[in-house]
Amino acid sequence: MRQFATIRCTINGKVTETAVDVRASLADMLRGEYRLTGVKKGCEVGECGACNVIIDGECYNSCIYLAIWADGKNIRTVEGLEGPNGELSEIQRLFVEEGAVQCGFCTPGFVLTATAILESAKSGQKYTRDELRRELSGHLCRCTGYENILKAVEKAVSRASA
Amino acid sequence: MARKAIGRSVPRVDAYDKVTGRAKYTDDLADRNALIAKILHSTIANGLVTKIDTGRAEKLPGVVKILTCFDVPDIEFPTAGHPWSTDPAHRDPTDRKLLNRRVRLYGDDIAAVVAEDEVAASRALRAIEVQYEEYPAATDPEEAMRDGVPLLHEGFPNNILERHSVLDGDFDEATKEEGLIRVEGTYQTPTVQHCHIELPTSYAYMEGGRVVVVSSTQIPHIVRRIVGQALGIPWGMVRIIKPYIGGGFGNKQDALYEPLNAWLSVQLGGRLVKLELSREEAFYGTRVRHAVKVHITSYVRPDGRIVARDAKFVSNQGAYGSHGHSIVSKCVTAFRQLYNDERAKRAEAVTVYTNTATSGAMRGYGTPQSVFGMECHADDIAARLGIDPMEFRRMNMMPVGYTDPFSKNVNWSDSFNQCIEKGREYIGWDRKRELYRNQSGPVRRGVGMSLLWYNTAVWPISMEVSSCRMVLNQDGSVQIQLGETEIGQGADTVFAQMTADTLGVPFESVHVVSTQDTDITPFGTGAYGSRQTYVGGMAIKRTAESLKGKILRFASERADTGPDALDIDDGFIVRKGEPGSALFALSELATDVLYSMEHSMHFTAEETVQAKSNAYSFGAGFAEVEVDIPLAKVRLVDIVNVHDCGRLINPQLAAAQVHGGMSMGIGYGLYEKMLYDPGTGKLLNDNLLDYKLSTIMDHPHLEALFVENPEPTSAFGTKALGEPPTVPCAPAIRNAVFHATGVAANENPLTPHVLFPLFKAAGLIG
Repeated sequence: MRQFATIRCTINGKVTETAVDVRASLADMLRGEYRLTGVKKGCEVGECGACNVIIDGECYNSCIYLAIWADGKNIRTVEGLEGPNGELSEIQRLFVEEGAVQCGFCTPGFVLTATAILESAKSGQKYTRDELRRELSGHLCRCTGYENILKAVEKAVSRASA
Repeated sequence: MARKAIGRSVPRVDAYDKVTGRAKYTDDLADRNALIAKILHSTIANGLVTKIDTGRAEKLPGVVKILTCFDVPDIEFPTAGHPWSTDPAHRDPTDRKLLNRRVRLYGDDIAAVVAEDEVAASRALRAIEVQYEEYPAATDPEEAMRDGVPLLHEGFPNNILERHSVLDGDFDEATKEEGLIRVEGTYQTPTVQHCHIELPTSYAYMEGGRVVVVSSTQIPHIVRRIVGQALGIPWGMVRIIKPYIGGGFGNKQDALYEPLNAWLSVQLGGRLVKLELSREEAFYGTRVRHAVKVHITSYVRPDGRIVARDAKFVSNQGAYGSHGHSIVSKCVTAFRQLYNDERAKRAEAVTVYTNTATSGAMRGYGTPQSVFGMECHADDIAARLGIDPMEFRRMNMMPVGYTDPFSKNVNWSDSFNQCIEKGREYIGWDRKRELYRNQSGPVRRGVGMSLLWYNTAVWPISMEVSSCRMVLNQDGSVQIQLGETEIGQGADTVFAQMTADTLGVPFESVHVVSTQDTDITPFGTGAYGSRQTYVGGMAIKRTAESLKGKILRFASERADTGPDALDIDDGFIVRKGEPGSALFALSELATDVLYSMEHSMHFTAEETVQAKSNAYSFGAGFAEVEVDIPLAKVRLVDIVNVHDCGRLINPQLAAAQVHGGMSMGIGYGLYEKMLYDPGTGKLLNDNLLDYKLSTIMDHPHLEALFVENPEPTSAFGTKALGEPPTVPCAPAIRNAVFHATGVAANENPLTPHVLFPLFKAAGLIG
C-alpha cells in the first residue's frame, strides 16, 4: 500500500511542502517532485556520489537518504549555487576554467562537495592535498581522472586561506 | 587579424550548463508519467526457457503488460555500432532476439514488465515463475571450445565465432637462422566494464505512427537502423534522439536496450515507456571489454633485433556477438605493426562464445589487450638479453616512413622517438633504471614504459562518412549540426573552434546543436574509433568553405569586386590578405540578405565527406611504482603519457582527455576485473563497491604531455586522441613492477592475489 507523508523543508532557500511516498529517497523527491534534475543518479546505493546534496551543511548521497528524513531540514542542490542572474559560484567558475568538466554527470555532486569544502576553508579549516583527496573520494568520475577537479578545488581552497 | 580559436584552450561550450546542473540527460527529459519497464533476467547461465508463468504477476496492482521471450518477433539482429555494410560478408553477428528463450548468460533478458511505477514493476518481476532446461555453463573460452561443450549459438561449432590467421614472410625459414634466442610468454587481460556514471537509459513513444526513442547513446544514426532491423520495420519509421550523455567509452557504441524499449512502446500502442537500467544490470547486461589471452613467441638476435614473432590470441566474446571478432582483429593489426620484425611474423586469433557478459567496444578496441601482451613481452625479451627495454624498443619499433599496405597509413614522423624522449626526461628514466637496479629491502621501486599504437577512424575496415550542416543567423552567427556526438570528450567545443576559424567568425558566434535527432541531424555515424575530430573535421571544413563561398559571392556584389578578392575575418567581410580591412559586418550582410525585397536568401550549407584515409596515432607511457613485497601491494608513484595526436585544437581539453584515459588504464593495470563464479556463471562483483573503480585517492598526479606533428591527411592536422591514452598505462605499470622486483607478472590487474604467489615462487616472500 502506498503511504504518503507531508515533508516540509527548505530547498535552495525556499520553504517547500509536498506529500511523498514514504518509501521514496530524497533523490527521487528532488528529481520527481521538484524537478531538480541536477541531482543525478548513478547507482542508487550510495557508491558513486552523483546524487550528493548538502543537508544542514553536510554532504549526503540523497539516493540513500529517505525523503521523510528531510522534514525540517535545509537542503541545497546544485541549482541553488548560481547567483540571481545566473552568475556562477566561485567553485563553478573554477570547474569551468580548469577544465574539470567532461560528460558532466558527476559534476553537480562534485561541485557541491567542493562547495562544502570551500565554505569550511573560509571558516578557517586547513586542507593538505591528501586531505582534499579524502574529502572528494566519495565521488566516482570516469572521464577526468580527477586531475582537473582536484586542481579546481585546490585553487579555490588556497585562495580562501590566502 | 582575429584571434584564432584553434590551438586555444577555450572553455567547453557546454561547461556552464554542466556546472549549473542545467544540462539535460535522458532521464531528466523523460516525462514523470512514463510507464516503467523492467527486465526479467535469467538465473541460469546456459539453457532454455521452457515455460514462463506470468499469471500471478499480471494480477498485481500497477502492472500494465508483461511480455516474454515467447512473444517477441522471430528476428535476430546485430547490435554492434558499426556502419551497415552492403556486403553481407562484412556484417556483424546477428544472434539475439529482443528477449531470448535460449539463455546464454546468467542475467540474460527473458521477459519484460511494463508497470505504472518502479515498485509495481519490481514486484511483478519477483512474481514471474520461470522453468528452465539447464546446460552446463562455460565461462572460459578454452573450456567453451572443447568438444562436447553445449553450443551457445547454432552454426558455430566449438563455440567459435570466428578465427583467422596472418603470415608475413617465410616464418619457418626465418626462425632457422643460427644463434637466435627464443623468448615466449603468455599474457592475460581481464574482463572490465566501462562504468560511465550515467546508466544506460532510454524512453520510447510513438508519434505520427512512428516510434521515437530518446536514448543515452554514442551512435544515434546507427541505433535507428538497428531498431528498424530488430522490430522488422522500415528504418524511416524510427527516430532516435540523443541528448547529453553521461559517458559512453564504447558501451554506448552498441544498440543496448533501445530496440526492446521501442518494441515495448509499440506493443502498448505507442504509450510512453521508460527503461532505465540499474548499475548491476549495466555490468552483466550491457557490454564489457573482451578478455584476451595471447601467447607470444619471439626469435631475436643477441643484440636485440627481432627476426620473427608468432602470436596466438584467444578472445572471450561472452554470450552474444556484438563487435565480435573485430576486436581481436585489431589486436592482430597492432601486433603486426607496432614492431618491425626483420624477416617474418605470424598470428592466429580466435573469438569464442562463452556464458559471460557480452563483450563489445571499449576504449582502445583491442589495443589495450594486444599492447599489454606485446609490451610485457618486450620487457621480458630485454631482460633476457640484458639490454635496456627502451633501447630494445627503439631498435625494433615501426620505423619512420612505414606504410601499411592495407590501410595505406603512413608513419610520417618520428613520433615514437619524440614521445619516448619526453617521457624519459619526465620520469628520470636513465637515473632511476640505474638507481633501482639492485634493491633488497621489502619496499622497492621501479620504472617501466610502454609504447602505444593506434589509428584514427575505421577506414578501410568500414565506410567512413560525416555530414555537417551550417545555418547562418541574421546576426552573423552560425548553427552547426553533425551526426558526430558529444559524449563528454569535448567534441562540440572543438567542432566550434574548427568552424570559427574556417568560416572566419569569432568562436562565440558558433552555436553547436549538441542534440542529435535522426529526423533533423545530417548523417554521421557517431562517437567511436577516435574518429570525430578527423572525419567530422573534414565535413566541417568542407561545409564552412561552402558557406563562406556563398556568403562571399553575395558580398562581392555589394563590394563591387570578385568573390575571390574577399574573405571573412572575425565576423567582417574583408579584402583577402588584409584582415583589418573591414568592408562591412557579416551580421549586416546576413540581415540585409534575409529580408531583401529583391532576392531574399537564407545562407545555409550542408556537405558530406567520405574519408578514404586513416592516420596513425602514437605515443608512450611511463610509470614509477613502489612495491610493498610482503603485502604484495603496488603503489603508483608517478605516471606520464606522451601522445602525438597531431595538432592540438584545444590543449586543455586534450590533456583532460588523456587524464581520463590514464585513469582507466591505471584501473586496468591495478584494480579492475569482473569476477565470475565458474560453477554458476554468475557475476560476483556487479556493483561499484565490489568492482574497484579508481577513486581520487588511487591516483598520483597524472601527467599528460604532447608532441605535435600535424597529420597530413587530416583537415586540421589532428588524429586520434579519444582512445589511445588508456593503452600504455597497464603495461608500463607491470614493467615498473618487473623492474622493482624482478618478477614478471603476466596478468593484469596486478592485485595482491596475482602478485603474492609470484613473489612467493620467486623467493621474495618466505
